Amino acid sequence: MKNFKITWLNALTHVGALIPLLVLVRDYYADNLTVNWIQAVEQRTGFIALNLLVLSLASTPVQTLTGYRPVHYIRRPLGVWAFAYALLHFLVFSVIDYGWDWSLLKEAIFEKPYALVGFLTLLILTPLAATSWKWWKKKLGKGWKKLHQAVYAAGILVIIHYSWAVKGTVLGLQGDIVLPLTYGLIVALLLVMRLPAVKKQIIRWRMDFQGWMQTRRGLTG
Amino acid sequence: MEEDQMKSVPVKSSEITPEHIFLNRRQFLKAMGITGAAAVLAACSMDGEVASTATAPAAAAPDAGEPLPENLTDELGDAANSYEEITNYNNYYEFTVVKQDVAPMSKDFPLSPWTVEVGGLVNNPRTFGIEDILKLFPQEERIYRLRCVEAWSMVIPWEGFPLSALLKEVEPQSNARFVAFQTVNNPDKMPGQRAKFYPWPYDEGLRLDEAMNDLTILATGMYGKPLLMQNGAPIRLVVPWKYGFKSIKSIVKIDLVADEPKTFWSNIAPDEYGFYANVNPEVSHPRWSQATERRIGETARRKTLMFNGYAEEVAAMYADMDLRVYY
Repeated sequence: MKNFKITWLNALTHVGALIPLLVLVRDYYADNLTVNWIQAVEQRTGFIALNLLVLSLASTPVQTLTGYRPVHYIRRPLGVWAFAYALLHFLVFSVIDYGWDWSLLKEAIFEKPYALVGFLTLLILTPLAATSWKWWKKKLGKGWKKLHQAVYAAGILVIIHYSWAVKGTVLGLQGDIVLPLTYGLIVALLLVMRLPAVKKQIIRWRMDFQGWMQTRRGLTG
Repeated sequence: MEEDQMKSVPVKSSEITPEHIFLNRRQFLKAMGITGAAAVLAACSMDGEVASTATAPAAAAPDAGEPLPENLTDELGDAANSYEEITNYNNYYEFTVVKQDVAPMSKDFPLSPWTVEVGGLVNNPRTFGIEDILKLFPQEERIYRLRCVEAWSMVIPWEGFPLSALLKEVEPQSNARFVAFQTVNNPDKMPGQRAKFYPWPYDEGLRLDEAMNDLTILATGMYGKPLLMQNGAPIRLVVPWKYGFKSIKSIVKIDLVADEPKTFWSNIAPDEYGFYANVNPEVSHPRWSQATERRIGETARRKTLMFNGYAEEVAAMYADMDLRVYY
C-alpha cells in the first residue's frame, strides 16, 4: 500500500512538473509571450525552476510537520526537474538571447553579480542532478548526503539571483520586491525547520497534537 | 518634404501640420467629449489651414481607422516598431508590473478633464488644460529610439512639441536650474499605486539645459493617434538619450526648482538609478550589463549606442562630467 502511494505521488510529480513546460510551448505558439518573448521565456523558465526547487526543499519540512512519509520520496524528482528548468533557463539565455556570443556572455555572466549568482546556482545543481540515481547513492554512501546538502546553498543563491533581477532593493524594502521577499522568507523558514533543535521541537508538538486529537476522539467516540 | 520631415531628427517645427496630426487633434477633442461645430471651428483655427477641413469630416470620427503611416524609420534607418508592439508592452507600474497587462488595465482611465500645473520659479505660473496645450503648441512628429534600462528598445513615432516651448511660455526665473515633473496620482484607478514599497506618486526631473534641449519633447500622440494611457496619455515627457524611466508619463505638474529634485527610481535605489540616467553602454547597471539591448521584434542583441545614438546633439551638455559618477 505504501509503495503504491509513493509510485502514485512520483507519477503525479513528474506530470505536474511537465505541465508548465507544455503551457509555455502552448503560449509560444499562441503568441502569448509578449513582443519580448525571449525575455518572457527566460523569466518563465527561471520562475518554474525556482518553484520546483522550493517545493523540493519543502518536502522534508512537510514530512516533519505532518509525519506523512511519502512526501519525502518526491524530493528527488522535484530537485531533478528544478535542475532541468534551470538548465533550460540558462540555454535560452546563452543560446537564444546572447546567440552564444562568448564575449557578450563573458561580460554578462562573469562581470555582473546578478547573472553570476544564477550561474553558480546551476553549477551547484548540476552534480546533484547527475548523482540523483540510486546507483550513485549506493556508490557514494555517506558522501551522497553531504553532497546533496549543497542544495541548501542553491536555495539561498537562487533567492539572491531572483531579488537582483528585479528593479528595487530587497534589503531596502523598496521597489518590485514582494515576490522575491516572499520566496526568501519561505526558503529561510524551510531551512530553519531543518535545524535539529527546531525539527525536534516541531516533532514534539506534532506528537502532542496527535495525542490530544486521539484522546479527544476517545472521549467523544 | 513630408518624407524628409519624418526621417530627420531633430525636426524643426513645420508650418504645415501633417494631416494625421490634424486628425489626431480632432479625434482627441472628440475623445474629450468636445463635439459639434464649435469643436470643428476650433480644430480649424488651431491649424490656420482651411484646406484641411475638406478631408477631415469623414475620417474624424474616433476609431475611424484611417491607416497607420507605414515605413517610418528613425534617422539611422531603423524601422519604427508597430503600433501593436508599442501599445501592448508597457512599463507603467502605477497599473501593474506586468507589461502586457497595462493596456487592458488602463483603458478606462479618465483623461478628461486634464490639467497640467506649471509653476515654481517662473514669472507666469499657469495651469494648462490639455486642450490649451494642443492649441498653443504646434505638434510635430519625432521618430525616436526608446531604450529601457531593462535592456530592450523600440523605435517610436511620437507627436509632440519641444518642452522648451512650454517653458518659454511660463518664463523661468534666473535661479531656476532644474525642472521637476509629476505623474497623476489616482490610487482608485491605478491599483499599482496602492502597492507598498514604492514612493508614489512617480516623479522625475531634468536639468534646465536638458529640458531646453531641442530633442526633449512633451508627446501627446503616437502614430498619428492620440496617446493611449499605457503610453502616458494625455501628455508625457520624451527624453530619447536617457533610459525610458526618465520619460515620465501622464504628467499633471511641472515645477521649476533651484535644487536637483528627487526622482522616483533614484529614491528606490540611489546606487542603481541616478538622476542623469543617460543611456551609456560603458556604465553598467550595478547588477546587469548595459552594453547591449534587444530591439523589440528582433532576436539578436544590438550594441547599445552612447547617448542612445544622440551623442551629437547632447554630449556637449556633459562635457565636464564624469559619467561614472553622474550616472
